[in-house]
Amino acid sequence: MKLTTPKRIAIHAALVVGSCIFIFPFVWLITTSLKPVEQIMKMPPDWLPRAYYAPVEGQRLKVVKEREIGEPSLIVHYAVGGTAPSRVLLPASKYADGRAEVEVRVADRTELVRVPAVVEKEVPGGCWLVREKLERLPQDPGPPARWDCVSPAQIEERIEPAWWNYRGAIRYTGYYEGSFLGLKYRVPMFLVYLRNTLLVAILGVIGTTLSSALAAYGFARIPWPGRDKVFLVALSTMMVPFAVTMVPLYGVFRALGWIGTLKPLWVPAFFGSAFNIFLLRQFFRTIPQDLSEAARIDGCSEFGIFWRIMLPLSKPALAVVALFHFMWAWNDFMGPLIFLTKQETYTLSLGLQFYQSQHGGSEWHFLMAASTLMILPIVVLFFFTQRTFIQGISTTGMKN
Amino acid sequence: MIRAMTRNQRRDLRNGLLFISPWIVGFCVFMVYPVASSLYFSFCDYSVLERPVWIGAENFTELAHDSVFWTSLGNTLYYAVIALPLGMMLAIGVALLLNTKVRGMAVYRTIFFLPSIVPVVAMAILWLWILNGRYGVLNYSLTLLGLPAKSLPAWLESKHWAMPALILMGLWGIGHAMVIYLAGLQDIPVHLYESAEIDGASWWQKTVHITLPMLSPTIYFNLIMGIIGTFQIFAAPYIMTNGGPERATHFYTFYLYNLAFEDLRMGYACAMAWILFLIILGLTLLATKVSAKHVHYER
Repeated sequence: MKLTTPKRIAIHAALVVGSCIFIFPFVWLITTSLKPVEQIMKMPPDWLPRAYYAPVEGQRLKVVKEREIGEPSLIVHYAVGGTAPSRVLLPASKYADGRAEVEVRVADRTELVRVPAVVEKEVPGGCWLVREKLERLPQDPGPPARWDCVSPAQIEERIEPAWWNYRGAIRYTGYYEGSFLGLKYRVPMFLVYLRNTLLVAILGVIGTTLSSALAAYGFARIPWPGRDKVFLVALSTMMVPFAVTMVPLYGVFRALGWIGTLKPLWVPAFFGSAFNIFLLRQFFRTIPQDLSEAARIDGCSEFGIFWRIMLPLSKPALAVVALFHFMWAWNDFMGPLIFLTKQETYTLSLGLQFYQSQHGGSEWHFLMAASTLMILPIVVLFFFTQRTFIQGISTTGMKN
Repeated sequence: MIRAMTRNQRRDLRNGLLFISPWIVGFCVFMVYPVASSLYFSFCDYSVLERPVWIGAENFTELAHDSVFWTSLGNTLYYAVIALPLGMMLAIGVALLLNTKVRGMAVYRTIFFLPSIVPVVAMAILWLWILNGRYGVLNYSLTLLGLPAKSLPAWLESKHWAMPALILMGLWGIGHAMVIYLAGLQDIPVHLYESAEIDGASWWQKTVHITLPMLSPTIYFNLIMGIIGTFQIFAAPYIMTNGGPERATHFYTFYLYNLAFEDLRMGYACAMAWILFLIILGLTLLATKVSAKHVHYER
């Protein structure tokens, strides 16, 4: 169809607007994941991640702008009765004759007392209290953050992504402590989730590709009596929702002692799935029968034909099956939720949900970073396999 | 019967069964046994910890009087009735735009498709943040469009707006359906359009009289998959709203999961699962009948 120029422009305009809307959640995901925590809960939102630098106790540091100081103030040092010296900021009005009015904890209450104090610095109103930005988790040990008061001119603002959020997100869920050959080691839980997910996905891919290909061959290339009826039964299992089988399956896996292990998530893949069998059968049927006949005359066994002729010729279809299963396993949430019980067996889906249910509502920078880490491999995989993927979806959509 | 076969037929039978034997084992263990016992459990009082006790149709009569069951069924239908037609229009609309062979089609297609591969848990968490009533970027965008900040809904925290919020999130994931529609559109023979153009048909006439009828098998396929998918929505309400507020997002499978694995009322949950199964079967059969009458298949 030939399009006129105004029509072409209108179509492009609609596609650009639509694309912007569709891509926006990704943009928001990534910018949030790269913002320092102080910048998250802001209205109107900041679109770019920012970092602030200021001199703190003579050193130039990355800081958090805490608050603006209204009245003239002082930074003073004092020590009460043998305790460690304190450094505080207090209004100039609370200091006179070498003594500062400070709050001191006595037993279980605080008292206002006047103590001898030394002035370190006078702070005019309009300055900012800045605190060193600590890039470590609250539970990690380390010296307390340093602070200082600086004039606005001394604070330098830079557009700088907080890459640290990603390190924080990985370590935030805690560590798995294990030992191997007597050697103790500590791994971030996030990496344990990743390993579990990869294990389930890869074993599942191997299992479903092999077993579905075998069954598909049996349904597509060998004319045995009753074949088509059995195939219809196989197809009809696609209509059975997981909700129907999940309760008895739970019982089966419990009897086998598999609850709390990864086995319920990958072992069933080794017994084929109707959808994949259907997909591969369609493909096998397109391969000329002459090839099998020639091999049979050469004395090749049925399995030999399957293994040496069918499989190599069916790589595109096998790739679709493998890809779909990998995506499905990476995505699966209900299976892990039902069958996994220990945190060290969680998959990424379950780990991320667990994390959200524990820290949801505040740690958005970590949550977005962790979500990005979960989405990224899938997006990368998609970009490398786009053609296979789109073709797979198109054919499964049409042939039904 | 076996004896009446020729040697070749016997060999084929043996080989065929050997090839499908892994599937047969899986079919028996992971399908026949669970489906049969699920049916049996649906007539039992069963908690997985103890043996099932036969109670007849009690689970089903209780379900009929269970207001939460009806709420969850109603919510699921509410979602299906609004989200499926909207999603279908959007997906067909985008597919029609992409089918005009514009430049950069591959890029646009990727952009519209990408959201549909985002893992459901990550999607739920991302949208929790987007839909946040106070700091959410959706409400902020709406204020940019000139809507007063006070009139904006709290989305997932509001019993009226939680469901529209989930529908909105669902629309983001139409990419999968869009790709299927696009493939359907590309299969329509060009000669149909050419002859219509000779007759002076407008774009709208071609869409209504050629494109949509030719696309009807695809629409029908996506519709059935959509209905089945809606009845299995679980992760979004589980992660984002926990079925609330005030059960506004209590979906069918969400309630079923809670009955089975939170309350350990597995027999009752199985009864609910079987009703779901029958609904899906019924809808599929109905759709097949309707489509046989109205859907255009080119042979």
